[in-house]
Amino acid sequence: MKLIVALFALPLAAAASAQDSGPLEVDVVGGINAPMAIAVPFMPTPEPVPTPAGDTAQLGRSIAEVVATDLRSTGLFTPLGPTGVRAYAFPEAAAPAYAEWRNAGASALVSGYVEARPDGRIIVGCYLHDVTAGRELTHQGFAVPATEWRRAAHKCADTIYSRLSGEQPFLDTRVVYVAETGPKNNRLKRIAIMDSDGSNHRYLTTGKATVVTPRFSPRGDKLVYMSYQGRMARVYVMDVASGAERLLIPGRVTTFAPRFSPDGRDIIFSMATGGNTDIYVVGANGGTPRRLTATPGADTSPSYSPDGRQIVFESDRSGTQQLYVMDADGANQKRITFGGARYASPVWSPRGNMIAFTRIGGGAFRIGVMSPSGAGERTLTDSWQDEGPSWAPNGQFIMFHRTARGSGEATLYAVSVNGGRPRILPTPLGGSDPSWSPLQN
Amino acid sequence: MNKPILIGMTALALVIGGCAKKTPPVETAPPAATATDTGTAANGDVDLVELPAMQADLVAKAGSDTVYFGTDEYQLDPASQATLAAQARWMLANAKVRASIEGHCDERGTREYNIALGERRANAARDYLIAQGVPAARLLVVSWGKERPAAVGSNETAWAQNRRVVTVVVR
Repeated sequence: MKLIVALFALPLAAAASAQDSGPLEVDVVGGINAPMAIAVPFMPTPEPVPTPAGDTAQLGRSIAEVVATDLRSTGLFTPLGPTGVRAYAFPEAAAPAYAEWRNAGASALVSGYVEARPDGRIIVGCYLHDVTAGRELTHQGFAVPATEWRRAAHKCADTIYSRLSGEQPFLDTRVVYVAETGPKNNRLKRIAIMDSDGSNHRYLTTGKATVVTPRFSPRGDKLVYMSYQGRMARVYVMDVASGAERLLIPGRVTTFAPRFSPDGRDIIFSMATGGNTDIYVVGANGGTPRRLTATPGADTSPSYSPDGRQIVFESDRSGTQQLYVMDADGANQKRITFGGARYASPVWSPRGNMIAFTRIGGGAFRIGVMSPSGAGERTLTDSWQDEGPSWAPNGQFIMFHRTARGSGEATLYAVSVNGGRPRILPTPLGGSDPSWSPLQN
Repeated sequence: MNKPILIGMTALALVIGGCAKKTPPVETAPPAATATDTGTAANGDVDLVELPAMQADLVAKAGSDTVYFGTDEYQLDPASQATLAAQARWMLANAKVRASIEGHCDERGTREYNIALGERRANAARDYLIAQGVPAARLLVVSWGKERPAAVGSNETAWAQNRRVVTVVVR
């Protein structure tokens, strides 16, 4: 049973007004401001206490390193430290020596501490300070089993990111993707899962059957994907915790391109029979599929709007792959792309205001975004083959994979929806078809 | 002055990660339950078994087990039709086997679209074999999309070799 515990925001320590320096915030819309210099020193402990994950002093160092890496990955911050910046003692966590941090060139400071609790958990205190104004902006505490210290670090980084950017948190998330190894004509493909910073990596399938397009359920506890078990392309559902998997539609019929509905009750997918591919919906536990499209074209890659009322998908009914939006019952099918290229694999943003897609033009695949009406198209990447977008739960970043010409080696990347350089997500082997989990509780 | 804040904070610290098994901390062997991805009993259907000697006989007698397609196309040209007609004669002469008609695409299509396109190609071949008298019950269809290229390059020659349907003899 999953224990869901809400995170209550504590009141801010001070009102964000009446300061000479103005409110401290980072500009997420891009490229105007340089990244904010934020000091992330090692977190002290009141007393080093051994835990199954190392003593609390060591954990304070490790947590600061993860916080700094997380903040850097947002593209909005230049972390100072933890190595090479001044160390401080436990009482200074809530009352830092602001002048010292000003002299070090920091605009903001993440301080904190790690303390062992009698029940075997650790408390991670996490404080954000406006160094220029000399005041605390927010603080939050997290209690975790010592072995799950990374969760507390991600929650701390999310607290900082969210407070300074005004955006929803997204760092305490996981990624499921297809790990690829071996030559192009005999590639081993396995579903793998990891934290969004690449840690806690493990494989969920053995590789005996080729798998593609794993996607999270809205609660992150299940996956839906396509596997070639039985020498057929068919959709399966997996329980992440147990690894148990189940064929969605029984029988020898080709099913693919699956995604959960936003409420997790349904799975939308493509079924191909007799050379014709249409979009269907079925209960997440199976049942009789209901057909939503009925054109002679290939209708595929469906994705729900976050309110569950509409579906974006691709179809070549016009002669080339283009994006369409329809009501959740299949009514009112309407083409939205007229940009002179082909468009594929659309995904509706969790905020509802954008659709990410793969744009096919000039012999290349690029990741782009547009509004659900098709207006405001922007291309975010430029390479030979960028494919398979997946949104961060806060709608601010898109993960995708980039395939190298020739070798076909695939690599995971993430890019800000506001532009900027995509960053690599390192994986032990090649990586494709990423799916970003919802924010963890 | 600092101390009360720290104590207060400790009292308010929130409990996360309460489900200890949610994120196993280290890489582990795949759980036993996933060992079912061999494609057999779990889903009640039997895996197809390739028959290499019969496959070689099909290639020898029919000339080829493969037909090719134009970019983003699934029409059979006269050469492909002749190959499939010869494959149909072989199938009729070897009534105990089935065939998995397997559609493939080059790498220049997106993953899911290519699964749809591969299925179109496989069905075009299947329909032709049925028109030549092969019972439909002996023909299975699978689309590999761009998952199993025959040629590994990223050039016109390789792409042309990868836009194909392979007739795989199975039991």
